[in-house]
Amino acid sequence: MLEVHELSKSFGGLKAVDQASLDVREGEIVGLIGPNGAGKTTLFAAIAGFQPPDAGRVAFAGQDITGLAPHKICAAGMVRTFQITQPFAKISVRENIMVGAYFHTADSKLARREAEAVAGMVGMTGQLDQMGADLTVAGRKRLELARALATGPRLLLLDEVMAGLNPTEITEIVQVIRDIRESGITILLIEHVMQAVTSLAERVYVLNQGRMIADGTPAAIAQDPQVIEAYLGHGAAKVMRA
Amino acid sequence: MSRQAALCLVGLAAAVMFPLVAPNYLVNVGMMVLFVAFIGQSWNIAGGFAGQTSFGHVVFFGTGAYTSTILQVTYGWNPWLAWPAAMLAGAIVGWVIAVLSFRAGLRGSYFALITLAFAEVFRILANSVPFTRGGLGMLIKADPRPINFQFRDPIWFYYLALLLCVVSILIAWQVTRSRFGARLVAIRENEDAARALGIDVFAEKVKVLTLSGAMCAAGGTFYAQKYLYIDPNIAFGVDKSVEMLLVSMVGGAGTIFGPLIGSVTLTVINEVTRAVASVVPALKNVQPLSLVVYGIMLVLIVARLPDGLIGLFRRKPRHA
Repeated sequence: MLEVHELSKSFGGLKAVDQASLDVREGEIVGLIGPNGAGKTTLFAAIAGFQPPDAGRVAFAGQDITGLAPHKICAAGMVRTFQITQPFAKISVRENIMVGAYFHTADSKLARREAEAVAGMVGMTGQLDQMGADLTVAGRKRLELARALATGPRLLLLDEVMAGLNPTEITEIVQVIRDIRESGITILLIEHVMQAVTSLAERVYVLNQGRMIADGTPAAIAQDPQVIEAYLGHGAAKVMRA
Repeated sequence: MSRQAALCLVGLAAAVMFPLVAPNYLVNVGMMVLFVAFIGQSWNIAGGFAGQTSFGHVVFFGTGAYTSTILQVTYGWNPWLAWPAAMLAGAIVGWVIAVLSFRAGLRGSYFALITLAFAEVFRILANSVPFTRGGLGMLIKADPRPINFQFRDPIWFYYLALLLCVVSILIAWQVTRSRFGARLVAIRENEDAARALGIDVFAEKVKVLTLSGAMCAAGGTFYAQKYLYIDPNIAFGVDKSVEMLLVSMVGGAGTIFGPLIGSVTLTVINEVTRAVASVVPALKNVQPLSLVVYGIMLVLIVARLPDGLIGLFRRKPRHA
């Protein structure tokens, strides 16, 4: 469904993403992990049209979307969320989600109904009238999810929706993400919380210093010496085996 | 909602009755209140709802004033026909400024500065090109007949200003209820998030500045017809830009009634300070005293009431 082929993106002399490739099949939950500064968010931004890539190709649902503007990519059915949550602070949660729903309808009554339905899906029904600025971290993460969901995507790009949450909140949002997949939406997620990735994703890609160093099932990845070294430092794999 | 609607109707009825009982002097003051509320609303739609703060909105006002006046004086158009032409010119100028500055990615204070620069360029141009008659300004021949958009009785300008003001409020109300308005607010609150949610930020911003330009230009023609004279400083002077911005901010930027409330407040302050200054000898030399009070008010509002005076009446701020 999503195919990224040898995508590169540099900032000045720094190669943030270096010939990274990945693919996501319809109905999957795919994880993208990697140490801090590995280039995960940059890769996301390049896929979703926020940072035009220097080289490489992005195809979505058989259509070349490399370098298209975000609103056109959204129209194709792919939406991203932000690691640093970006709520519309001075409007209510309902109005926040309606902005997403307005993507496919101009009718405000319909948008309102859809926003309320989506809020139900992510467990925000009780907070519909709260202002975006008044939400907790967990609330903001849910709102990111809800707004993106309201646009009616086929593929969701989730950037660290669990970062900063406590274990209870993580368990809740993992369930929400499962429900979203059950409703037929494919998911690609960047995550730091390993336990969450292993419990959610069928396949995992590992990015380190801009390069894709491994991919496979979560169990296989956890055994991969290259991955262990990337996370724990040079020589760590040998120590772990001993 | 129905209480609000009732309040609006009472306010409207009062505004309609007002000139029938008030002396001519107050009718003129009321006319200016409504007129400034109207051009303030044109600013508010772009600056308040969409967050595209402009310091040079007078560029649209002056474009409207000059377009209709030139068509009338030089080409003999009827001013009523020149009015829509002026709005079209304002829309075009809005579109061009928006395309140029948003294409270049100007946001926030950079956008504010570029609009200021455009207004100044227009002022200097109006001062130097032949078809505006430069610094001499343009005089519209007095012929007070309704067909000429001139009225002997100031009450008609008052009612026309009232009509403009009501229409602008209805436009703002429609915007807040529509998808267009929701998108503008999203852009104001967070442009990146708006883009991620499939909003063509560039297109929406161009749209809103075009609309705003057309509205403001309508105000320019109204002003020219009322005073029958314009020159580059009247038409493109920075003080009108400030006035539009000020009434919106004082009343409540991004709210439907903000510009009207701001306009009423500032006019009352203006009239009261003028009266005080003429009575108290110590204040004789502080001219105009109103500017001092404006300044203090603006500081207080920015510091204490970021939602404007309208924020006082609402426990929960509801922006659009």
